[in-house]
Amino acid sequence: MAKTKQFCTFFLQDQFFGVPVEQVQEVIRYQEMTQVPLVPAVIRGLINLRGQIVMAIDLRRRFAMVDRSDAQLPMNVVVRTGDGAVSFLVDEIGDVLEADEKDFEPPPQTLQGHSRELVRGVYKMHERLMLVLDTELAIQTESVNSRGAN
Amino acid sequence: MSDEDIVKEFLVESYENLDRLDQELIALEKDSGNRETLASVFRTIHTLKGTSGFLAFNQLEALTHVGENLLARLRDGQLTLNPEITTGLLSMVDAVRQMLASIEATGSEGERHDEKLIAALTSLLEAKKESEAMAAPAKEKSSQTAAPPPARSPAAVPANEDQINHVVEGATQRQPAEPPHMKEIPSTRTAAEPSQGALDAPSLQPPARGQSASDSTIRVDVGQLDRLMNGMSELVLLRNQIVQYTNSTDDSELLGTSQRLNLLTTELQEGVMKTRMQPIGNIWGKFPRTVRDVARGCGKQVRIVMEGKETELDRTIIEAIKDPLTHLVRNAVDHGIETPELRRAKGKNPEGLLFLRAFHEGGQVNIEITDDGAGLDFERIRNKAIQKALVSADQAARMTEREITNLIFLPGFSTAEKVTNVSGRGVGMDVVRTNIEKIGGVVDVQSKSGQGSTVRMKIPLTLAIIPALIVVSGGDRYAIPQVSLLELVRLEGEQARKGIELVNGAPVYRLRERLLPLVYLNRELRTESKPPDAATSEIQNINIVVLRADDRQFGLVVDEINDTEEIVVKPLSKQLKIINTYAGATIMGDGKVALILDVMGLAQRANVVGEARDRSLTDKEQPTSPGAAERNQRNAVLLFQYGENGRMAVDLALVARLEEFSRDSVEVASDQEVVQYRGQIMPLLRVSQVLESKFRKTEDNAEESLHVVVYSDKGRSVGLVVDRILDIVEESFVMQPQAGRKGILGSAVIQKRITDILDVPGLIAAANQSQLLARAQA
Repeated sequence: MAKTKQFCTFFLQDQFFGVPVEQVQEVIRYQEMTQVPLVPAVIRGLINLRGQIVMAIDLRRRFAMVDRSDAQLPMNVVVRTGDGAVSFLVDEIGDVLEADEKDFEPPPQTLQGHSRELVRGVYKMHERLMLVLDTELAIQTESVNSRGAN
Repeated sequence: MSDEDIVKEFLVESYENLDRLDQELIALEKDSGNRETLASVFRTIHTLKGTSGFLAFNQLEALTHVGENLLARLRDGQLTLNPEITTGLLSMVDAVRQMLASIEATGSEGERHDEKLIAALTSLLEAKKESEAMAAPAKEKSSQTAAPPPARSPAAVPANEDQINHVVEGATQRQPAEPPHMKEIPSTRTAAEPSQGALDAPSLQPPARGQSASDSTIRVDVGQLDRLMNGMSELVLLRNQIVQYTNSTDDSELLGTSQRLNLLTTELQEGVMKTRMQPIGNIWGKFPRTVRDVARGCGKQVRIVMEGKETELDRTIIEAIKDPLTHLVRNAVDHGIETPELRRAKGKNPEGLLFLRAFHEGGQVNIEITDDGAGLDFERIRNKAIQKALVSADQAARMTEREITNLIFLPGFSTAEKVTNVSGRGVGMDVVRTNIEKIGGVVDVQSKSGQGSTVRMKIPLTLAIIPALIVVSGGDRYAIPQVSLLELVRLEGEQARKGIELVNGAPVYRLRERLLPLVYLNRELRTESKPPDAATSEIQNINIVVLRADDRQFGLVVDEINDTEEIVVKPLSKQLKIINTYAGATIMGDGKVALILDVMGLAQRANVVGEARDRSLTDKEQPTSPGAAERNQRNAVLLFQYGENGRMAVDLALVARLEEFSRDSVEVASDQEVVQYRGQIMPLLRVSQVLESKFRKTEDNAEESLHVVVYSDKGRSVGLVVDRILDIVEESFVMQPQAGRKGILGSAVIQKRITDILDVPGLIAAANQSQLLARAQA
C-alpha cells in the first residue's frame, strides 16, 4: 500500500511548488498590504487577516526571481509556522494534489543557491516536478541569503 | 458552591499560603524578633486549622492544632524561636503539604502516621515552657498585651521595633488569612487611617468561603482574562470599523445603532480592563520588609509610609514595574537616607522617611518615591561623570542641576562610594529607566541637596489598548503612542520656508526659543515621499510632531497628521521585531494595518538619544568633519591580508571564530568548497576569488592550511578563506564609502595604511550570484 501525502500547490514563475496541506491555514486572493519600511525586501508587508496581523513574504523575492509585473497580483498561501501565521505571496494557486512517497527524491545536486536551501525535495508527478517548500526556512527572512534578492 | 469547589479553593489558597510559610519560617529563623512575620505565620496556620476542621479533615486539623499552639507561644513571647522549633515547624509544613496533595488526588488526607511529629512538636512546646519560665518575667508585659484567645487573633504587636515601626493590624474577625501586607499600616499615619485600611481590605480580597451566602468575588484564571481581553480588542476594532463606515451613510437608524454600539463597547472595554487591574499595594506590600532589611543592613533607621495603595494598574504593568520599584526603594534607603548620627548632626529626625505615593492622573498612573535623605550630590555626580568620560569637564561645568540629575540615568553610572550588597552593582538607574520606558512610562528625578530626592514615574494604565496619534508618511499611516506626544506644530507659508534652519546640516526648529532637532520620518524609514527640497521650493506646510524620548525632545516631520484614536496593540512577528523602530501594529478603522512607531527606537535610530549620544558627548571634543561624526567611532576590526599586498578589515562583531583547516579537510559538495565544522557543513568562500582581486595570489600549495574567518548568522556559518590573518585592532577611523564594489563597504586608514572594509553579507550575496551566473553559462 503506497503512502501518500497531500500538498497544496502553487506556481512561481514557471516552477511548480507544493506545501504539505496540513501546514496551510488557508489560501486567499490578493490582499492589500501595509509596507514595512527598513525590513528586508522579501517581506512585502502586513495583511489584516480577519483581525490577525500576518506578515507577507514574497516567494519570488525569496527565491531571487524577478518581480512579477504590477498588473499581476499575487495570491496568498497562509501557512502556520512556529512564529504564527505567515502568508507566502505566489503567482497562482494550483490544485491540492496527492503525492506518493515513492516518487520523492532529495533536491538534485544541480539545484543551488536559494532553491537548494528552501526546497526539501522533489516529487515526480505525472506531468511535472513538484518542489516541496521548506516553510520554516522560507520565513527566515533575516538569513544571509535573502539579502541577495534585494 | 459545591463541596468540591470549596475543597478546590481551599487547596489553591493553602498551597499559596504554604509557599509563603516556608519563606517566612526561614526569615524568622534569621530574625526571630520579627513579630509581624510571626503573626502572619500564626494566622496562616490558624486559618488552615480552622478550614480543615470545617471541611472535616481531622488529621490535618490535629496536626495544625499543635503547630498553632506552638506558634501562639512564640507569638506571645513565651517561647523564642530556635533552630529546633523551626525544623519542627518546617516538618509540619511538609506534612501538611503531603496531606493536601493527597486530598487533591484522592479527596482524603490518606493514611497518616503523624503521631511522632505531633509528639515532637508537643515536646518542643512542653520543654521550652519550663526553661522559658525563668526568662519569662522580662517578657511578661508584652505578652499580656498580645494574648487574646488565639481563635480571634488580632495580634497587636508592640509598636516599637528597633528600626521600623509597624502596627500589624489584626483586623480579622473574618476567617481567611490575608496576605500580611494588607495589614501593614505605618504607625505614623493618623489614627483614622488604619481603620480605613481595614475597610479597604475586603474589596480587594476574596471573602471567606463558606462564610457568607453572598460571595462577592471569585477567583478567575488569568488565561481566561487574557482571552477576554483579546476578544475585547477585536470588538474595539470592529466598532472602529463600523463607526467609520456608518459616518459616511445617511441612514439615521444605522447611525443611531452604531452610536449605541460605540458607547456600549467603550463601557465594556473599561469593564474588561478593570478585571485585569490590580492594586499597586500588591507589590508595595513587600516593601516594608525590604526597607527594614536594607536599613538594618546599613545601620539606618527608616520608616516607610504609603499612600494610594489601592491605585490600580493592569497586571502586565504591575509585573513590569515590580523590579524597577524595588530597586528604587532599596536605592533610596541605601544611598538616599543618611545614617542616624549624620541626620542628628544635620538637625533631622534620626529616623529617615520613605514616602511612596500612587495616584491616577490623566489616564496614567503616577508613582512617586520620596526620601528625606541627603539628596543628590551634584558635585559628585559631575565629577563622576567626568571621571567616567560620560561628559567632558567643559560640558559638565555648563550643565544645570537638572541636566546633572539626568546623568544618573546613563548606563554604567553609580555614585555609591561604597559598593554594598544592595546597590551599586552596575545595574543602576539606567535599567530602571529602560524598564519603565519599555512599557511606555517615563521616569524623572528631582532632588534638593540636603532635603532628599523624589523619583516620579508616569505609567500607562494598560498596554493592550492605547490612545495614539495617527500620522501619514510616504502614503502609509503610522500610529504614535500618545504617551510620547508633547505637542503638534504646523508651519504654514512663510514659516514653512524659513522656520527650519540647519545646524551643521542637521535640521532644527526654534520652538519657543529652544532648538528642537528635527527628524524626517520618511528619511528615517527610507520611504518614498516628496523630496525634501520640494518643501522649500514651493510653499508647503510642514507638520512637526513634538515627541519625548529619554527626556529629550525632538520633532518628527511627517506628511500629514490625522486624528488620535484608541488603537489595539498587536505584537509583531519576530522578523519585524529585530528592527526596533516599531512597537507593534494595529488595525485601523478601514481594516488596513498600520505600524505603531517605537518612539525610543526611532529616536535612537535618528541619533537623538541612546548609545550614540553618550559617545557624541565625548566625541565632540575631537574636531570632526561634518557628516563624519557618525562614522568616526572606535571600531574593533580584524585585519587580514588578501592577495599579495591587499589589506582588508572586517568588523570584529561579525566574526565568530578564527579557524585553520588543513587542505585535506576541504571537500566539494554541489560545486562548492565545504568543510565539516562542528557537526555542520560549512561552505567556504575564498575572499580574493569572490572579489576577483587582480592581485590574487597564485594558487600555490605552499601553505598546508587555510586561514578561515568564521562568520555566523542565525546559527549558520560561512567560512571566509583569507590569505593571512594580520591583527585585531581597535581604532577610530573614518570610512570612505565605496560604491560599486560588491563585498566592500569602503576603505579607511587603519594603522596608517589604507584598508578595505569587508561587507560580509554583501560578499556572500556576491558569491551566490557569481555561482548562479556560472551555472547559467554552463
